[in-house]
Amino acid sequence: MTTVDTGAPAAEATRAATPGDRPPRRELGVANVFSHGFLLLWGAMTVLPLAWMVLSSLKSNGEIISEPWGLPEALRFDNWSRAWTSAHIGRFFFNSLVVVAGSLSLTMLLGATAAYVFARYEFRGRQVVYYLFVGGMMFPVFLALVPLFFVVRSVGLLGTWPGLILVYTAYSLPFTVFFLTAFFRTLPTSVAEAALIDGCGHFRLFFRVMLPMARPGLISVGIFNFLSHWNQFLLPQVLLPGDGQDRMLAQGLSSLAVSQGYAGDYAQLFAGLTIAVLPVLVVYVAFQRQVQSGLTAGQLK
Amino acid sequence: MRQGRLPLILTFLLPPLALYGIFVLSPYLQAFQISTTDWMGYSAQADPVGMANFRTLLHDGYVWNALKNNAILLAVVPVVTIGLGLFFASMLTMGGRKGRAGVTGVRGTSVYRLVYFFPQVLSVVIIALLWKEIYSPTSGLLNGALRAVGLATPAWLGDPRFAFWCVLAVMVWSNVGFYVVLFGAAMQAIPRDIYEAVLLDGASRTTMLRKITIPLLWDTIQVAWIYLAIAALDGFILVQLMTNGGPNFSSDVIGLRMYDTSFGSENKFGYASAIGVAMFFLTLSVAVLALRTARRDRIEYS
Repeated sequence: MTTVDTGAPAAEATRAATPGDRPPRRELGVANVFSHGFLLLWGAMTVLPLAWMVLSSLKSNGEIISEPWGLPEALRFDNWSRAWTSAHIGRFFFNSLVVVAGSLSLTMLLGATAAYVFARYEFRGRQVVYYLFVGGMMFPVFLALVPLFFVVRSVGLLGTWPGLILVYTAYSLPFTVFFLTAFFRTLPTSVAEAALIDGCGHFRLFFRVMLPMARPGLISVGIFNFLSHWNQFLLPQVLLPGDGQDRMLAQGLSSLAVSQGYAGDYAQLFAGLTIAVLPVLVVYVAFQRQVQSGLTAGQLK
Repeated sequence: MRQGRLPLILTFLLPPLALYGIFVLSPYLQAFQISTTDWMGYSAQADPVGMANFRTLLHDGYVWNALKNNAILLAVVPVVTIGLGLFFASMLTMGGRKGRAGVTGVRGTSVYRLVYFFPQVLSVVIIALLWKEIYSPTSGLLNGALRAVGLATPAWLGDPRFAFWCVLAVMVWSNVGFYVVLFGAAMQAIPRDIYEAVLLDGASRTTMLRKITIPLLWDTIQVAWIYLAIAALDGFILVQLMTNGGPNFSSDVIGLRMYDTSFGSENKFGYASAIGVAMFFLTLSVAVLALRTARRDRIEYS
């Protein structure tokens, strides 16, 4: 802190003393206004669609069609209740919540245990198994889509939530293991050794000592997995076919959009979208730092 | 101390490995085998046809049309996204020069960073449906604005000339924020005194970005490049929900081709798997190529 405080006036003094060395001073001011404008523009481009979505969800259908930029005359929250009940968005929301709760817990449990073994135990063929496992991260899901459909059908889990939970977990494991293995390796070995000498068993060591120590890593990868499971569309589309009441939120929204095309109930679609977006957005704003580092952490290293 | 080691390894490793083997590894392997059959759907009848599917693939105009669109995505999306991401990130981390102490971000940096990241937490389905409404010819946000200033109001997604570019724009829109944050985090790691030294030497902002920031960020940019290239080869959900490949296949992508061939209008599982296998090698070679061409010496600060 002190170095910055003393350094700043010094730098200022150097600048003032040698104005001839820095000609682009004035041009910078113009550039600043210019690029600040760009920053604002992109900000508006991000916020405007979302604000428009929320506003439109409170308008009547007539208002939406005639005046896309107009404000709602009255706040019609009945659009929301219509989307929640008659379009079953509430139901789909709950379904997604249950499935993601299941798949996230399973992913974290299996991912952490596998990563721990890869990071802390020597055994023959460890490298091979590790790379085989983590290699799955490289390939897009839909290359395996056709056979996956038949694999899930042959184990009798097609169209069921457990099937979806297992598949979500299987496809999240490579990244989770990759990330957590690196994380477990950074933890000090001395604590584990001390615990083992004190007579702590290997299982207890993991659950009572190592897992709590890995908390920051678990949170990062947990946020990452939560969002990718919550936003999943392709897998439920294929593995939970049909138009039953047990579908996921993303599927419900896309079929709401299709039926909106026939019925012309724009307000209901916007209300459905808003209901789906707001909770995620609120959680994100509340935990901005964790979410951003959770999503970018895996890419940086 | 060594006892209890093996039980732990087995109980910790076997369940994840089993799950991975059943649902990830075996489908990938089966895809190769299915791609050499003429399997037509839900019957068990599947005869080996050798490389016939791949020969059909070479002469399938629809596949080539979809591939052409993916190639455009591959050429445009990473460049534009990374360009915008670098520009905004550098503005946010060191755009402000009016301040007293050397290099800082512009005012309101944290707000910008919060807002720019919004699309990243939204599901692609929601992004697609929302933008479909924004592009709507009559009730859309875009044409509403164009009408207000008296400009022409195209049909956007309904117009074969524009539909594909509209989808491409949404792809860029939804990705930029993530890379602003990613590059921003990497830029924070660059020691400030490097910038301050260059600044004292009278370097302009563009020189600073070109000669200092980009070389020091090269590793991160390379990762971004690979991710965006893989995303550009996909694009399935956006296209399916916004245009369903239309009008008249003008916005078709290879992922949608494969989905339609297997679960959509047809059930040609053998042929769809052949498309998948071709995609697999394409993705792999793009990733390898991106790694190769982007290779440079790694710079570490110490």
